[in-house]
Amino acid sequence: MAQMTMIQAITDAMRNELRNDPNVLVFGEDVGLNGGVFRATEGLQAEFGEERVFDTPLAESGIGGLAIGLGLQGFRPVMEIQFFGFVYEVMDAVAGQMARMRYRSGGRYHSPVTIRSPFGGGVHTPELHADSLEGLVAQQPGLKVVIPSTPYDAKGLLISAIRDNDPVVFLEHMKLYRSFRQEVPEEEYMIPIGKADVKREGTDMSIITYGAMVHESLKAAEELEKEGHSVEVVDLRTIMPFDIETIIASVEKTGRVIVVQEAQRQAGMASQIVAEINERAILSLEAPVLRVTAPDTVFAFSQAESVWLPNYKDVIEAAKKVLTF
Amino acid sequence: MASKTKKTTKADALQQLEKIEDQFQTLQILNEEGEIVNEAAMPDLTNEQLQELMTRMVYTRILDQRSISLNRQGRLGFYAPTAGQEASQLASQFALEKEDFILPGYRDVPQLIWHGLPLAQAFLFSRGHFKGNQMPEGVNVISPQIIIGAQYIQAAGVALGMKKRGAKSVAITYTGDGGASQGDFYEGINFAGAYKAPAIFIVQNNRFAISTPVEKQSAAKTIAQKAVAAGIPGIQVDGMDPLAVYAAVSEARERAVNGEGPTLIETLTYRYGPHTMAGDDPTRYRSSDLDNEWEKKDPLVRFRKFLEKKDLWNEEKENEVIEKAKEDIKEAIKIADETAKQKVTDLMSIMYEEMPPHLQEQYEIYKEKESK
Ligand SMILES: Cc1ncc(C[n+]2csc(CCOP(=O)(O)OP(=O)(O)O)c2C)c(N)n1
Repeated sequence: MAQMTMIQAITDAMRNELRNDPNVLVFGEDVGLNGGVFRATEGLQAEFGEERVFDTPLAESGIGGLAIGLGLQGFRPVMEIQFFGFVYEVMDAVAGQMARMRYRSGGRYHSPVTIRSPFGGGVHTPELHADSLEGLVAQQPGLKVVIPSTPYDAKGLLISAIRDNDPVVFLEHMKLYRSFRQEVPEEEYMIPIGKADVKREGTDMSIITYGAMVHESLKAAEELEKEGHSVEVVDLRTIMPFDIETIIASVEKTGRVIVVQEAQRQAGMASQIVAEINERAILSLEAPVLRVTAPDTVFAFSQAESVWLPNYKDVIEAAKKVLTF
Repeated sequence: MASKTKKTTKADALQQLEKIEDQFQTLQILNEEGEIVNEAAMPDLTNEQLQELMTRMVYTRILDQRSISLNRQGRLGFYAPTAGQEASQLASQFALEKEDFILPGYRDVPQLIWHGLPLAQAFLFSRGHFKGNQMPEGVNVISPQIIIGAQYIQAAGVALGMKKRGAKSVAITYTGDGGASQGDFYEGINFAGAYKAPAIFIVQNNRFAISTPVEKQSAAKTIAQKAVAAGIPGIQVDGMDPLAVYAAVSEARERAVNGEGPTLIETLTYRYGPHTMAGDDPTRYRSSDLDNEWEKKDPLVRFRKFLEKKDLWNEEKENEVIEKAKEDIKEAIKIADETAKQKVTDLMSIMYEEMPPHLQEQYEIYKEKESK
């Protein structure tokens, strides 16, 4: 076991897969010699050569199209979009093409592509770097969407993503890259896509969340514990397809729920989760299900992001409403 | 016979490419020693204009140095260094008229400043305050584009709009060597060419897109030659030579306002600093030999030599400019510091012309939150 940051765990997963399968290719802007702008691919070109780990010209739509084509040739592309705000540039390749490859070829072809991309607020980036755009990809049938919140989960989930025969969007929250270390096994292991993880057990209320908001929710749960409330925190880890079974089990146990996402309120994942809860467990509910989200503006210009981003205080506020309903 | 024909065709294709590539020579007027090497291309500039251009380059070099140190002190945010690119940035802007419209990339803040953007707003932009993006009336620019290439196709639209209105002005846009790989780059030059729109497309080829060398962007020998496919004129210039840059842009501008359509200009330049101040380490991808080779081509050094020989520049003048720059920067930082902090409610109020009900509801919540 080694103590790893999330970014180290991600590098470790790619190294493992590059060793494991000669068809795995890693490419994107600045991922080669430079090791990526966050050093996620640090050392990989040196170890595996430029044939397998390489820089692309600067064009996201090109990167996506290349991945689809290489997939048709039996390769297993791990492509990087330098920041997920640039996904708009490659939206046709992602949503219009690779998500539908299996479907439109009647199962003859598929796109075993992993799209890795940093996102998330709190690190004062310029426009279109930090946006939480997971809802955009979660809305596309054919894609799977994974958002880890810990180094351990990141490694196991990325290995699963790379081995998956369907396209997986793997989103890495920038604020979590180096914010803490965790014991991560050096050997390979897989965490199944589509399985949530109860990060904290509780009996009075459930918080359903993912990504950086897992940590804000855990902090809120600790504060609430001091006031005598036992709060469960469910980390979805995969937001599409998400783990309805674990969510419903938690809801049935606690009867009170909030859903927390960093993204804006409108048409987001939280709404989808609330709808599922209403359809499947409304009779277990003691209170309406509330959402904690960012407001409905474009991601804040960085000077205002600390107020714009949801934090543990917002979670506590919503939790109290639900607990005292 | 058939095979012979086929062979000739193949060879022709190759020859055509070689012929085209050979035609793209670098325009230089002022060499590294500050000597005029191409009298015929010498632009028509008065002594005062020459001095003004030098003033702007010296001023902007100081602004770059101060911006870097302010960033390190945490007093500025996002910043993309500009030293090395002064000729490319400032001599191109110098060839414009006030009514021309600039669509910049994130590194092109200096052009905006010399086109009329107050320095304090440039600092607010860096700090991530929306006021930094709110261009004053009459300053014909849009805030720096973060999405590489997006400005290129928009420039075609601005230019077509000017044409439709019968305006005698141009749209000018900038990207880097990396940006020239984006689909939007090709679409931009192609659209502008198809509409004969008055646009000037500048590619500042500083050899690296973050860490990726220009050789990895394309098999093309020059970026200028990409104009051929769009059917528009293209030229490569020494981007460390302010006179060459000025001459190329002036000519392109003249053609554009005369209804002759767009031009693609590749400026060969170099950024001395890191890509941005957010953790880029150029020693990972550039050798100090290459850095030194380019620093010898420095635009300020050669222009200074040229002007000194003509008795148009001296140390005293230079120091005056440096002092003026430092004072302006101090004053602008003060204004930026005194600007009211940006609120989430401010952001809500600039989302739509009229705030929809759901946002109105959220507005009340954040107003309450932010009043505490
Ligand atoms: C669409 C898009 N993709 C990627 C990026 C990230 N990025 C910012 S600058 C840069 C390199 C740009 O290089 P170049 O166009 O040569 O301009 P330079 O920075 O050298 O001035 C990259 C990849 C971005 N901002 N937008």
